[in-house]
Amino acid sequence: MNHILEADALTVSYGNTNILEDLHLQVPKGKITVLVGANGCGKSTLLRTFARLIKPKDGHVLLEEEKIRDLSTKSVAKRLAILPQGPIAPEGLTVLQLVKQGRYPHQSWMKQWSTEDEQIVNDALEATQMTPFANSPVNALSGGQRQRAWIAMTLAQKTDLILLDEPTTYLDMAHQVEILDLLFDLNSRENRTVVMVLHDLNLACRYAHHIVAVRDKKIYAQGKPEDIVTIDLVRDVFGMGCTIMNDPLFGTPLCVPHGKGIKCCLRA
Amino acid sequence: MHNYITVRTKSDKVSFQLSKKVAMMIILLCILLCGMMMLALSVGSDFISPVTVVKELFGYGTGEYLFTIQTLRLPRVLLAALVGMALAVSGLILQGIIRNPLAAPDIIGVTSGASVGALLFLAYATVSIHFLPLAAIIGAGVVSTIIYLLSWKKGVTPIRMVLIGIGISAFAKGIVTMLIVMGEEVRTSRAYIWLTGSLYGANMQDVYLLLPWVVFLSLFTFIIARVINVKELGDDIALGVGVKVQIFRLLFLLISVMLAGTAVAFVGGIAFVGLVAPHISRMMVGRSFAALIPISSMVGAIIVIFADIIGRTAFLPKDLPAGVFTAAIGAPFFIYLLFRTRNQ
Amino acid sequence: MQNLLTSTSMKRSVLIICCVLLIVAFILSVALGQTSIPFQLVYDAFFNYDASNSEHVIIRTSRFTRAVVATVVGASLAIAGALMRALTRNPLAAPDILGVNAGALFFIVCAITFFSMDSLIHYMWVAFLGAGIAGVLVFFLGSLGRDGLTPIKIVLAGAAISALFISFTQGLLVIDEQGIQSVLFWLAGSVSGRNLDMLLPVLPFIVLGGSFAFFMGRSINILQSGDDIAKGLGQRTILTKVVMGIIVILLAGGSVAVAGSIGFIGLIVPHMAMGLVGTDYRWIIPFSAVIGSTLLLLADIAARFVIMPLEMPIGVMTAFIGAPFFIYIARRGLARNA
Repeated sequence: MNHILEADALTVSYGNTNILEDLHLQVPKGKITVLVGANGCGKSTLLRTFARLIKPKDGHVLLEEEKIRDLSTKSVAKRLAILPQGPIAPEGLTVLQLVKQGRYPHQSWMKQWSTEDEQIVNDALEATQMTPFANSPVNALSGGQRQRAWIAMTLAQKTDLILLDEPTTYLDMAHQVEILDLLFDLNSRENRTVVMVLHDLNLACRYAHHIVAVRDKKIYAQGKPEDIVTIDLVRDVFGMGCTIMNDPLFGTPLCVPHGKGIKCCLRA
Repeated sequence: MHNYITVRTKSDKVSFQLSKKVAMMIILLCILLCGMMMLALSVGSDFISPVTVVKELFGYGTGEYLFTIQTLRLPRVLLAALVGMALAVSGLILQGIIRNPLAAPDIIGVTSGASVGALLFLAYATVSIHFLPLAAIIGAGVVSTIIYLLSWKKGVTPIRMVLIGIGISAFAKGIVTMLIVMGEEVRTSRAYIWLTGSLYGANMQDVYLLLPWVVFLSLFTFIIARVINVKELGDDIALGVGVKVQIFRLLFLLISVMLAGTAVAFVGGIAFVGLVAPHISRMMVGRSFAALIPISSMVGAIIVIFADIIGRTAFLPKDLPAGVFTAAIGAPFFIYLLFRTRNQ
Repeated sequence: MQNLLTSTSMKRSVLIICCVLLIVAFILSVALGQTSIPFQLVYDAFFNYDASNSEHVIIRTSRFTRAVVATVVGASLAIAGALMRALTRNPLAAPDILGVNAGALFFIVCAITFFSMDSLIHYMWVAFLGAGIAGVLVFFLGSLGRDGLTPIKIVLAGAAISALFISFTQGLLVIDEQGIQSVLFWLAGSVSGRNLDMLLPVLPFIVLGGSFAFFMGRSINILQSGDDIAKGLGQRTILTKVVMGIIVILLAGGSVAVAGSIGFIGLIVPHMAMGLVGTDYRWIIPFSAVIGSTLLLLADIAARFVIMPLEMPIGVMTAFIGAPFFIYIARRGLARNA
């Protein structure tokens, strides 16, 4: 099986409006897939439906070829972890307490803290370099550290598949890169499949193996960044003119948006 | 993780973790609670020295104070403790489900519902007063159910529940006011005493009735405590980690209503314990829910016993309802607490 | 939420219609009751007053006063509610929800119990004090925590502070049992049993507060877009907010001093007004005033008939009407509306 997650004729609505209609998508295993699109195009909705947070009106989500609807929520949680947008930790909760929550699907009334749990939580803290902050309150950390704490929680869930909804949105440039580098490492070292929604097209091109552009309730295009990110795609999906060049450091597509002053610039 | 004690069986089949700090706090509070209980048994219109109290309780005394201690004070102290525990845990659960530190049992209609039940009973019932608690519990149950059902719109969200709870509570309070206004003077006084919350006339029967509920429900909550830890992170995260959010929400609500409902049924509308006790506990031990349960219960018990002591002794020979003092102590303390934590 | 009236002329006409309805309600309030009084008699009572005619006396003294009190209190609670809504940018803000009424009431009961006050003027000042303190506490409580003043926090803070003051009030009533009977009916909210002398001291404050509110419409509109934007446009936001707060205290405190604690008017009426005229506070305030008066008058009339021969306290009546409305709003998903 080379796709771990699949949307089959998926229709998702909010009230009477369809946000996604008859959508088909296969998410490749072991790769980083990034969903991009204009504001309100439905990429977050798609991600949340994949994570079974939203029930589709029609169609199915298949997790490793089983209908996600038929699986118990706990068993899904052992295979798929989701980090929603802008999560809020209660006041005073420490990083360690937060990460421990990630072990929930593997625990039971009797088995609340096995050696395995302890080991995995420690590993998660190590992997995100949050061990020195284990006893700090989550809300007292910087944006990047806080996000790493939440990612550590999803890591503690020990799933092959991690979904993240705009994990970099409120972070400054340095922290955005820090988080994306971390996710890239997790993917390459541990072969975890990562699916995320990013609003920055250029970062998406740099880090994604597979880009999915959502537009008009369906998938507009999908594939490798260098294959599909073209001037036409940007114009159709984002409604904007641009110039595409190669990122001087990474070689991936770099989109330079046009704007109002463009005519005088080109002339000069 | 050196500040935790971990308990595991050989094959790792059973495992628990306990923080050293929490363990210490529990022991401290136990001592404080016992001390408070001794104090309560000693003071009153007759001061009985603690030594005498112990002697009488265990049968070594002269029997002079036996009646006072055993029949008058002991049930009162025990009931106060149980009520304090029940309200504290109920408030704790609610604050976890609604994810807001200002949530209290009245939001879900417990106090106002119980008030309606109790006042209807006081106004119209012809049966013995012993059935008053039953009427109150039924009232609490009915009103809470109404609130829950009205909040249901493909699931219940905390915000909707709070709002509807406030609306229904206002409606219930309207009924209460009407009953008071339409009632006779005698009943009106009684009604107000009930509404404020009083331990007067407590007897061991009440204690025996309340005890199993409180113990069972608290233990049960303790066992499923870790679910609330996760739920506090938000519905999405909880779902993501495999929690059946709606079912557990209902379950916790039920427990909260039962705890607060039974407490209020016996004692009337004692305020603020459910709001303040969890906060004090959080200040002591942080956020782990399982730890907060025993700590909150003890803090709650201490508050109510203390309030009752003041009510009984500060205005002698009058016996004022404890509810006046749970509000009088609880509220300023609460405001002070929030003021102190305002920048955190 | 789409509003019904879109053009200024439409709004003006409807406002006039509402005023007419108000006058009708006023007249009905004077005419209807345990003894129904024919309109001719009402007319006579005012223009051909005959002191020996008992019916004229009833009309002049109790009915008329009652109607006036209902009108004034209804308008002032409605305006207070509209202002609170604007101040906290929260559609669920109202003097009773945010504990302001409970605070005023508690202070009054304290005054009666501890200081044996019984003059209305004293009640009034004490009520202002109580309303002010409660308001400040709620605002403060609701702003604690990282995310500042969110709608749900202020509602919960209001519930907590309300509960606090109500507990204290109940406690006081238990301690002083004689006190209960004398203030009971009034605690539940009542516009009857007042004479005009009771209303007069409070009236200037209410009129002052109300007039200010009328003129502040434009400033309030600007404040709605957010503090930063308002400051950017040159408004002195702190001053505006403080003035609004003072007006609320005057209106709510004054109402409680005269009529006890009457709930839900401050919540429902602005909502209705907004449904008619949208988010322009220059219109919301006058509409709220007129609708508020009318509603309270009608509620008072209903309160006289519902459990004849007994009379339902008006605070209870507004709770019975208001709570279902509130629940309906809550179910519709109020949080998104500004």
